Amino acid sequence: MQLTLWTYEGPPHIGAMRIATAMRGLHYVLHAPQGDTYADLLFTMIERRDQRPPVTYTTFQARDLGSDTAELFKSAARDAYDRFQPQAMLVGASCTAELIQDDPGGLAKALNLPIPVIPLELPAYQRKENWGASETFYQLVRALCTPHAPAPGTVRAPRERGKRPSCNLLGPTGLGFRHRDDIKEISGLIISMGIDINVVAPYGATPADVARLGEADFNVVLYPETASQAASWLQRTFAQPFTKIIPIGVGATREFIAEVAALAGVDAAPVLGDPRSRSTWYAKSVDSTYLTGKRVFVFGDATHAVAAARIAAKEMGFKVVGIGTYSREFARDIREAAKLYDVEPLISDDYLEVEARIAELQPELVLGTQMERHIAKRLGVPCAVISAPVHVQDFPARYAPQMGFEGANVIFDTWVHPLMMGLEEHLLGMFREDFEFHDDAGSSHLSHLGASKEKTETKPQQQSAVSATNTPNSPPIGVVDVVATVTATARSDNNLAGTPTAANGPWVAVWDADAEKELGKIPFFVRGKARRNTERFAQERAVAPITVETLYDAKAHFGR
Amino acid sequence: MSAVLESGCADTKVIPILKERGQREVFCGLTGIIWLHRKIQDAFFLVVGSRTCAHLIQSAAGVMIFAEPRFATAIIDERDLAGLADANDELDHVVRRLLERRPDIKLLFLVGSCPSEVIKLDLSRAAQRLSSQFNPGVRVLNYSGSGIETTFTQGEDACLASLVPTLPAAQVEAAPSLMIVGTLADVVEDQWTRLFTEMGIHNVSYFPPRRSTELPSIGANTRYLLAQPFLADTARVLEERGAQRLPAPFPLGVEGTTAWLKAAADMFGVSAEKFDAVTMPKRERAMRALQHQRPQLEGKRIFFFPDSQLEIPIARFLSRELGMQLTEVGTPFLHKQHLAEEMAMMPAGIQISEGQHVENQIDRCRAVKPDLVVCGLGLANPLEAEGMTTKWAIELVFTPIQGYDQAADLAELFARPLNRRMRLVA
Ligand code: SF4
Repeated sequence: MQLTLWTYEGPPHIGAMRIATAMRGLHYVLHAPQGDTYADLLFTMIERRDQRPPVTYTTFQARDLGSDTAELFKSAARDAYDRFQPQAMLVGASCTAELIQDDPGGLAKALNLPIPVIPLELPAYQRKENWGASETFYQLVRALCTPHAPAPGTVRAPRERGKRPSCNLLGPTGLGFRHRDDIKEISGLIISMGIDINVVAPYGATPADVARLGEADFNVVLYPETASQAASWLQRTFAQPFTKIIPIGVGATREFIAEVAALAGVDAAPVLGDPRSRSTWYAKSVDSTYLTGKRVFVFGDATHAVAAARIAAKEMGFKVVGIGTYSREFARDIREAAKLYDVEPLISDDYLEVEARIAELQPELVLGTQMERHIAKRLGVPCAVISAPVHVQDFPARYAPQMGFEGANVIFDTWVHPLMMGLEEHLLGMFREDFEFHDDAGSSHLSHLGASKEKTETKPQQQSAVSATNTPNSPPIGVVDVVATVTATARSDNNLAGTPTAANGPWVAVWDADAEKELGKIPFFVRGKARRNTERFAQERAVAPITVETLYDAKAHFGR
Repeated sequence: MSAVLESGCADTKVIPILKERGQREVFCGLTGIIWLHRKIQDAFFLVVGSRTCAHLIQSAAGVMIFAEPRFATAIIDERDLAGLADANDELDHVVRRLLERRPDIKLLFLVGSCPSEVIKLDLSRAAQRLSSQFNPGVRVLNYSGSGIETTFTQGEDACLASLVPTLPAAQVEAAPSLMIVGTLADVVEDQWTRLFTEMGIHNVSYFPPRRSTELPSIGANTRYLLAQPFLADTARVLEERGAQRLPAPFPLGVEGTTAWLKAAADMFGVSAEKFDAVTMPKRERAMRALQHQRPQLEGKRIFFFPDSQLEIPIARFLSRELGMQLTEVGTPFLHKQHLAEEMAMMPAGIQISEGQHVENQIDRCRAVKPDLVVCGLGLANPLEAEGMTTKWAIELVFTPIQGYDQAADLAELFARPLNRRMRLVA
């Protein structure tokens, strides 16, 4: 049993729904109790889909158990076929139905429906959403493409002369982070290279389209989390090679172009310099100097986290101080990336553990999921979202891809937005006493971010301790308090997570009043780091209490 | 007797009830945790379930990621199922960690789910065991919010029913007291407390209380009013403890609130003059406020998908006080006794449906072409895309809607989507 406050991923049948909902002409019959129908709202509310997900739930109840849940499944599947007339059907069980062992696959087979019926075995007590999406897509591709597969060992015939090369785009799903716009960006890029797009799947594809996947010369895997399993099978079965580079960031996009060009046998040069690409110049412009060495913490699915860390380090000039993922299946990618930046990888789907790590590292920017956005908000650290799990805000009305050159532009803007502008930062540092430069003022272009509202909301421990007296109008809480609370939270969180850290020892920093006051003169966005460095410096030298001199000794020692 | 009954059941109209079975598009009882954990401030809700259960609560709570929620899920994993780990030991371990982390918790609910029920994990024994371990600091109770047993608001019913046996016994010779049953916004409780005080009814308690240490006492002299229509089990166990229900419609709208308050006033011997003197200014103010909403709603046809069991009282209010026309009123469950006064007030010629077959119901809804559809979050945008105007049902359980000063707010919740549709021209 695992104690869970918030989850990064849903159960694996949610992954199956992300495939089914992305497609057309496919229906999913899910053996599940009524509450599981909540999943519809993920698609209709978060993604604002204008149609119900193509899912029929059996919604069995306690009184059905032990009598006719199997019959219920069969009639639900038959009715769903009659009503929706899909080209193919997925059948499976959610966590509860898995326990009653009705065998949806066998039951559906007995119905002899005149369409392909693909049974899904998604072990709900071991696996999670992304695995479920990958497995579902793989099973679907295998079931629909096998009838068109060449005999094993057949050598793929070379492309006819004069025929344009073609590829499939694999991986985009429902509820994906910017998948809608990535498809457009990458399709445009590939078409401009003189390559045809055979099928995009699962997003927007029908089962008939999926059955045609083998006709392309190669596959472009946009999201390995969902597509690499299917792509490997297609490679084995149809001798279709697939791309390994994910085109997020300018550098990766250029490498991706080269990789695609090699697979298609075309010239990469004409598209390498896209006139729309601005992020590289923006990063070089002197205005961006203030971005240098900003400490960033990166967390997300492995694909987006690895890409974000690369952009942060190589295209923004940040310093990556931590990287992690919630997806254990892709832990290896994160471990490798962590080596590049000489940081400790964090592989965890425990929200509290992630919070503790961020509190401990005190980054100046968090690049994470919606979960980290909440953590960052609590800790008063700027944050930009780079990965699923998604929120309604991750489906902007405007075109906002993550991939390709335009994606790099979008990323530049999105990450810079929450940060303090350079000169503003200096002025704040110089004139601490200015009455309008108080801690809650925040930066001028982000007046809402520094608002005290966000800070009152934070305070996990304190809130529970004083909830009886806590009114919505309680005065804004000073940042120093927040930092202190955060540290306390991080420590108790660590207890819960069962992973004590080095910072967790018995040593307690004691600040004398003048030092505390001096610390207050340091702008709040670097104050956390100053506090942390000073305490570390003091601890190493067993200095107590910390005085103004200790503060400046530490500053000199750490060089900033 | 109250004006309500006089005007209500003069004729012996029969309202047909369509009972349906099929796919249900409703939440399970776990969802109640979202408001219950805010109401009882020193209680914690630990769901013993699957990743699906954790995901459901998180998704239903939507953007409301609280700083530190007072709920969590103990996710059963393959080791528990395969017997590699003793599920009871695991649960004890999780609870111990939780209580170490949250020493402020005084009341812990172990909340059963479909998986915990199917594997027959005995949470009532676990609750007893843990209660004696953590006694006297923490009381541990259990109830089921599973989707195979409970629908949406029935989770609150199960929770409150589990709490009733812990209510202290009132003295046998205790003076008659009034208990208001069902989770309400604090602001509504405070308004009613003022009204009751003005009428001279002082012995009033609310259940659930805001803190678990403030549980009201109960006995043969307790009279209770249901503030919510979904509390069948809670009512049953309250009566086992000697309390008696005051039959009344539900306190939605001016008429419902008046009749509901009147039931208490009559019981406590408040004179008609006194009652009117206290309530009339409030009634008039509420009716004035309702007049602002009436032009938007009058004559508009409304269709309800089943959701919270609040459908029938709300439909009664919209029909009688705002002139809306009811087409189909769906409810997940219709408690004949608790809703007797409501049913007597329903207009003739409407369709009530109980249970659900969502596909057939959508077909009926399309055929009826209502002006406003009340439905769950899974259906709202797809129906809007078909050109219908919708109101999310879930807002009705998250918003203060009971009592006089909220009557117009309740009406406004229905007027807003219509108003919005009129404004948007593009
Ligand atoms: S319906 Fe059952 S399995 Fe699904 S979320 Fe509710 S309690 Fe959990």
